[in-house]
Amino acid sequence: MYLSRASDRAFAIVAVLAAVWLWTFADASRIRARRAPARAGQAELAARLGLTDICLFTEARYTRHLSQADAFSPYQDHPGAVEHFPSGSLVVPPDSWIARHAHLAGQATVPR
Amino acid sequence: MRTWLDKQRYLVDFTVSSLARRKAKTLGLLCVYTSIVFLVSSVMLFTAALRREAVTTLARSPELLVQRMVAGRHDLVPASYAETAAAIRGVQSADGRLWGYYFDSFTQANYTVMVPPARAATKVGPRRAVVGSAVARARSLEAGSELVLLSYSNLVFVFTVAEVLPAESELFAADLVLLSEDDFRQFFRYPAGQYTDVALSVANPSEVRNVAAKVARQLPDARTILREDILRTYQSVFNWREGIVLVLLSAAVLAFAIFALEKASGLSADEKREIGILKAIGWETGDVIAMKAWEGVLVSLTAFLAGYSAAYLHVFRWSSRLFEPVLRGWSGLYPRFDLSPETDGLLVATLFLFTVLPYAVATVVPIWRAATTDPDSVMRGAL
Repeated sequence: MYLSRASDRAFAIVAVLAAVWLWTFADASRIRARRAPARAGQAELAARLGLTDICLFTEARYTRHLSQADAFSPYQDHPGAVEHFPSGSLVVPPDSWIARHAHLAGQATVPR
Repeated sequence: MRTWLDKQRYLVDFTVSSLARRKAKTLGLLCVYTSIVFLVSSVMLFTAALRREAVTTLARSPELLVQRMVAGRHDLVPASYAETAAAIRGVQSADGRLWGYYFDSFTQANYTVMVPPARAATKVGPRRAVVGSAVARARSLEAGSELVLLSYSNLVFVFTVAEVLPAESELFAADLVLLSEDDFRQFFRYPAGQYTDVALSVANPSEVRNVAAKVARQLPDARTILREDILRTYQSVFNWREGIVLVLLSAAVLAFAIFALEKASGLSADEKREIGILKAIGWETGDVIAMKAWEGVLVSLTAFLAGYSAAYLHVFRWSSRLFEPVLRGWSGLYPRFDLSPETDGLLVATLFLFTVLPYAVATVVPIWRAATTDPDSVMRGAL
């Protein structure tokens, strides 16, 4: 009988899953080709308007414009404020905010 | 060769039958294992695609932006800063930009209000607005309808929607409201001769850093943002070393470690008895180990294939719906977007090695001792 053996059934399940898994790569290629014009249009619009950030987190200005925000804004609400918007826990500050300069100690010339 | 293949099939027959005898445990293990692979794969596929989308689309963002800082806060930039920057050698143009935020109490959403750059093909007429598709959706707008906004000076402004930006641009322009310069200044009471920041165009890309250094020397209270800073921000967004991705991956690593430790720590009484009986009826040590190896491979491979495939469908066919509540946070406005799949071979290989190999190895490890011990001792529980 077809697939009468347990091993046949197991291999059939794995084979079906493997076929779906391989299909995801073919589908990915198809989606990329289909979205290419929209992606190009998106890039052209962003360049035309001078956009600098993605519009994923619109709840706070420092998460809406990650690359443009100053370090003051997450904590501006009151003197003891902590950063409280949920998206603040999802993304980290830009490198320029948290760059460490201790290695420059003693190497800079003090202007006179 | 055929004999070896037949032997492996018989071993798999027995393995599958053995798993079927512990149906509930096997199905539970498969469900949890697949769920963890699904979660990890979804996060990795989503963040890779988002990073790629952001870096690709923002590759032509302004080369150099100049902001003014007062006591650490972003402040308005006088027009003289643009003139000073324009005079620096290597700068092709220096244009003041006008943009800001508006909280719409009607929809409880924040909009980004901006004036299109002077060189942009997009021109907005007086008392007209170009809006992002999410704004249009939130306020039920279309071309020709009216957008009524209450300014912070308690004046009502009515704009006619000239155009709704394409839905494909939602990831970058969902919350945009484009106005003319006069309307922007009137709406926000923005002082004449002041700008939000200045965008510089530099002819030679390799001179951008030098120009930024000159700007910093001539304008000490200025803060410069290079295009590479913008791209680096988004190359490291959702970095696996930080934030929520680190939490999720740590939880997944912990779960896999618990799986592997539970498997490697020893066998249950049933499993020991089973191995003892197999040895007693003539199974060789290698056959017992091969059987257990097949068990590990079948379970982990099934979980990996099912989990990854489900994650792909979730991210690229169902727009990461499960992540929306997490990403949305307190936002009143959330973009609808589709991502282009970035199925990096290294990412898939890492996922495979991370999920399949440890469990398969952990299944075999405790068997070694039982399989090489006298069957009578094993069955009597002396192991």
